[in-house]
Amino acid sequence: MSTITRNVTVSMTINGQSITRTIDARTLLVHFIREHARLTGTHVGCDTSNCGACSIMIDGESAKSCTVLAVQADGCSITTIEGLSGPYNGMSAVQEGFRQCHGLQCGYCTPGMVMAATSLLNEIPDPSEEQIRSGLEGNLCRCTGYQMIVESVRWAVEHPAP
Amino acid sequence: MSLVGAKVLRKEDPRLLSGTGTYVDDLSPAQCAFASFVTSAEAHATIDAIDVRAALAIPGVLAVYTAADFTDYPDLPGGLPTLERPALARNTVRFVGEPVAVVVAEDRYIAADAVAAVTVSYSPLKVMTTIEDATAGDSVPLFPRHGSNVITIVPTMDDLEKELAKCHGRASLHIVNQRCAAVPIEPMAVLADWKPDGLTVWATFQAPHHLRNYLATWLDIPQMNCRVVAPDVGGGFGSKIVWYPELFIAPVISKLLRRPVKFAQTRTEAMMQMAHGRDQVHDIEVGYEKDGTIKALRLIVSQNLGAYGDPTGLGLAVLTTWMAAGAYRIPKVSTSFRTVVTNTTPVAAYRGAGRPEAAYSIERIVDQVARQTGLDPAVVRQRNFIPPSAFPYETHNEAVVYDSADFPAALAECLRIVDYDAVRAEQKARRNDPSKPLLGIGLSCWLEIAGFGPNGSLEGFGHLASWESAQVRIQPDGSAIVYSGSSPHGQGHETMLSQIASDELGISFDRIKVITGDTAAVLQGIGTMGSRGAPTAGSAVKVASSRVLTRAKRIAAHLLEAAEEDLEVVDDAFNVKGSPGKKVSWGDVAWASFQPLRIPPELQAGSLEERLFQESPNFSYPSGAYACVVEIDRETGDVTIRDMVLVDDCGTVINPLLAEGQVHGGVAQGIAQALYEGVSYDSSTGQPVTANLLDYLVPSAADLPDYKVGRTTTLCPNNPLGAKGIGESGSVGAPPAVINAIVDALSEFGVDHIDMPATPEKIWKAMKSGGNS
Repeated sequence: MSTITRNVTVSMTINGQSITRTIDARTLLVHFIREHARLTGTHVGCDTSNCGACSIMIDGESAKSCTVLAVQADGCSITTIEGLSGPYNGMSAVQEGFRQCHGLQCGYCTPGMVMAATSLLNEIPDPSEEQIRSGLEGNLCRCTGYQMIVESVRWAVEHPAP
Repeated sequence: MSLVGAKVLRKEDPRLLSGTGTYVDDLSPAQCAFASFVTSAEAHATIDAIDVRAALAIPGVLAVYTAADFTDYPDLPGGLPTLERPALARNTVRFVGEPVAVVVAEDRYIAADAVAAVTVSYSPLKVMTTIEDATAGDSVPLFPRHGSNVITIVPTMDDLEKELAKCHGRASLHIVNQRCAAVPIEPMAVLADWKPDGLTVWATFQAPHHLRNYLATWLDIPQMNCRVVAPDVGGGFGSKIVWYPELFIAPVISKLLRRPVKFAQTRTEAMMQMAHGRDQVHDIEVGYEKDGTIKALRLIVSQNLGAYGDPTGLGLAVLTTWMAAGAYRIPKVSTSFRTVVTNTTPVAAYRGAGRPEAAYSIERIVDQVARQTGLDPAVVRQRNFIPPSAFPYETHNEAVVYDSADFPAALAECLRIVDYDAVRAEQKARRNDPSKPLLGIGLSCWLEIAGFGPNGSLEGFGHLASWESAQVRIQPDGSAIVYSGSSPHGQGHETMLSQIASDELGISFDRIKVITGDTAAVLQGIGTMGSRGAPTAGSAVKVASSRVLTRAKRIAAHLLEAAEEDLEVVDDAFNVKGSPGKKVSWGDVAWASFQPLRIPPELQAGSLEERLFQESPNFSYPSGAYACVVEIDRETGDVTIRDMVLVDDCGTVINPLLAEGQVHGGVAQGIAQALYEGVSYDSSTGQPVTANLLDYLVPSAADLPDYKVGRTTTLCPNNPLGAKGIGESGSVGAPPAVINAIVDALSEFGVDHIDMPATPEKIWKAMKSGGNS
């Protein structure tokens, strides 16, 4: 079996920093972020886009970076977990909510969960419990049983950044 | 203020929340190559030929290895004689996904290309995926040298037929405890770096010293040159204490290629290669009197081991039979089991490991007694409970002596929170109202064996010993480093152990650091499994810290020219009681402890350090009472959990936030087993049909309910903390509560039992057929 690889040059902005690399055209965005930009907070937990550990934002919209080719993000502005910031020792209200409410245990799904929750609050600033649960449906956590994640998101709603 | 028992936020969180945690696949040393496995597409076959030429021709492919390249190395550890498992399949493959060859390439994409380019020719053999098939007359042995697919048989001395026959009534159930996958969100990953001065292996693993011990032996290198690091570990649930081939192969490849080598499993690979859990079939029967008291219990267990005998997998049925009688005083108990190999992924520990299976069957059969006697399930439980006065309670097995519990109090609290009588009244009212969904309530008064610490308890599963280590080391500035041999994967050891050390030492929480998971830093260790973290590792830290404090007090007394017994430690300082202002800070004491001229003559410099191997005289027995209220759609069979009440007794609670998190997570996995999850195979081909997260239904936030948590406390008398452990409680207690609720809701259809996962399809069929499906 022969493989045909084609190298392409892609440029994007990740967390405000521009990056240009010549890569194998089939490189997934998640691997571009992790292995070329060396930002390892974004994780890979499945190969069927079910788990959401790779959730990021592309031009402000939530996306699973394992289902996007890096070339498709050419020219885009990417935000990863490393790009979040806020008044809570440098962390955002969502991040602090997860800390306050024990919304994480092993931490592997957490960056994706935090990004999905951040994106959810951008769309629905004051979600009900049901809206939080359905809004995070695309992100799997095996440790918490989710209730404390729901509470974490509510904490962020109740503590808007000043 | 005591920190033990306080809701303290976690030390781990800032790094994990900011994306600066370190999981194995995050590490990428210079020149790192990537390994990927060619795995068997056949469930049972002989390997005729492996053609690697096309793979080697791909630019960027560094090497391809097969079993022929590993003839200098022994089989994987832990297998029974005649059941050996080589690191790469040799001649025969026994399950789909079994590694056959390994390719190494410059990156994971090229490695995937190379895997696809390797051609393996097979001659298929008869496929047997179930116990029934593997023990049928026309079965063929997976291991011809063993001769039979039945690997172990532990028969009963007395089948209790006489006792059962004497009883007023008998109740029996045939119960399938289905195969589940642990699905930690981080799959397996290993990075090996073989250098002239020694090997370092980073692995996502629950027991790094355990791996170090076996890896060094396997590689025939001294342990001093074999460092294993478990960095941040993305969940384990039992699946990361198993001897997977990649853990052993990666170091060899690194040695051969003189480069660091990494393997990071895809989820699809993980679903086939990571050990599964459960997969037991039970025949349970009890004899009872008219008032519901149970006089005799017989449990017959069959364990599907999968294709190879994992040391833990072989022991699961032992734990199940130990815990067969649950929370009940049953005069006669008879248990037996057999273990059987099949052409499926090997079975090992999964959260609860043998105890959820026991709790499920006893809690189901108690409900069946209630059904047959017409008594309320709560009443039948109350009439059979071991009373609080009967502890320590000797069970049918001499190894199992329950430490402490108050089952009636836990059930009473559970019934109060769920408002049991009101739910029963509502249920009665609904029976005649087809416009409303069916309503059912299920109870589970479960008990499990945990705190694996007694000498001999883990050795049986291949571990070095059963103690857990702690080392408490005071720094010259009075801050402290605590080293623990229990390496966590989400439990929050950094926080929990800091709380314990802070209380004992009188050093503030923020000035204590916990280090785990590195064999080069932690003196020795066993690992994190079997709900042993708090009872063993926590107790070790408590005792070691108190010994350090004793010596620190001697130094403080010397510096203050006061009597030791007059000192108290408050706010990082030693104060002379009753003499305000007469004090010396922890930092000053620590500094002096390294200066021979300033310490009492009988002490040596550096004495504020203690190492301890904490042994335990007995197991611990966490218990609880759970209630589940379900509604079932009469048209579709869809189940909604309306209420999930969880009353736990884990003895001393170190941190209620973390304890609650453990319960929630375990219950989520328990509900998942009851309603959603199940590994399945095409029985004719042995192909897995649940080999990714599209087909294997791990529930999301939208699928799971809120939990109502309660607590009763009976202390564990067998460790200095009084803690029983909490990691597995939820996964033990939840499945019977959910299924009992569903069967309760379906009782008007004559349904006595429904197997897990209770899918809408199964429930719908049960409603249509009156349970005779």
